Amino acid sequence: MADSAVHDVPSIYEPSLFGTYSKKIGMWLFLLSDSLTFGALLYAYSYGRISLGKDWPTPFHSESIVNATIMTAFLLTSSLTMVLAVRASVHGDAKNQRLWLLATMLCGTGFIVLHGREWTKLIAEGLTLSMFPTVPGQEAASEFASVSKGVPQFASTFFTLTGMHMLHVTLGVIYLGVVALRRKFIPILLGLWLVAWLATPVYSPFHYGAHVLLIAAIVCGIILWLKPKVYDSSDVEVAGLYWHFVDLVWMFIFPLVYLMSAKIL
Amino acid sequence: MDTVQMALAERAAEEQRHHGKALFFWVWGALLAMTAMEVYLTYERMQPTKMLTILLGLSFVKAALIIGYFMHLKYEVSRMKWLTMCSVIACLILMTIFFFPDARRIVELGVK
Repeated sequence: MADSAVHDVPSIYEPSLFGTYSKKIGMWLFLLSDSLTFGALLYAYSYGRISLGKDWPTPFHSESIVNATIMTAFLLTSSLTMVLAVRASVHGDAKNQRLWLLATMLCGTGFIVLHGREWTKLIAEGLTLSMFPTVPGQEAASEFASVSKGVPQFASTFFTLTGMHMLHVTLGVIYLGVVALRRKFIPILLGLWLVAWLATPVYSPFHYGAHVLLIAAIVCGIILWLKPKVYDSSDVEVAGLYWHFVDLVWMFIFPLVYLMSAKIL
Repeated sequence: MDTVQMALAERAAEEQRHHGKALFFWVWGALLAMTAMEVYLTYERMQPTKMLTILLGLSFVKAALIIGYFMHLKYEVSRMKWLTMCSVIACLILMTIFFFPDARRIVELGVK
């Protein structure tokens, strides 16, 4: 469609410089700044790797690679379901829009569960940070205890990079939940917080990390109470931009962190 | 939203309507195939530098597909495309200029 169709709309405002609506431009600007955050973290990881050369650990066995590959498939599939949700929303198909959004959330949740399981396994094997609580019996079975002590940069950069990404995926699932279910999502979120908090042992970082869900429930509750609204296709499209960005970042984390540090016997 | 914003949102929606579902499934299939190729290369135990080059190349192609088709940037006006991509690439190039010569220096000279 020609730009004139947009620019000819009478208004007291200047026409948009980028030919699109302001919410979308705002999200693009946020994503550009966020890409620099992830860029810096990926550079920090790569810097450590180049500096240490052959001393850099390669802790990911075949099982971890398979797990990370399934996580990647979950994220790629979630991107497909997200574009289908956007497509349904622009066609005014509210039922399918909600179904595709829920499918996207399901894939995102699958990714988080698999990632959490992998973190738990690595921490139990001794790959940990000093800020994490000690796992009972960790010292006896610690395959990576020497890695954590000898090359602390690996655990620091690995947990920061993947943790930051996991946080983004979690917030993305919450964002989509609010767009799909609005106020109905708040009790679900509180239920998920209780399950995540009570079902994880006190020495797990996820026991404390689960409080992100509580904070998100409070923030979303306040936003939905102050400004209740029905989300339209532009809101779904903007939420989709965020979700695809999370997928995009993983396309660099997966090869650089996992595949380049694989230990295939 | 004011009238202009609504017209712009409607334009974006109109653009979305033109894409068939099949295109998205093709892009998804291509992304999965490239991921499978990356995993295959890992099991081939290639020389690290060669493997890194191929993996990064594939990652950039995957990123371009996601940004272009899933994030819809291919169909935005050229001003939007160029400004967003050029600014982020310029920042990443600056980071590369600052970080990597130093990392190489440590490798070549050793930690003093």
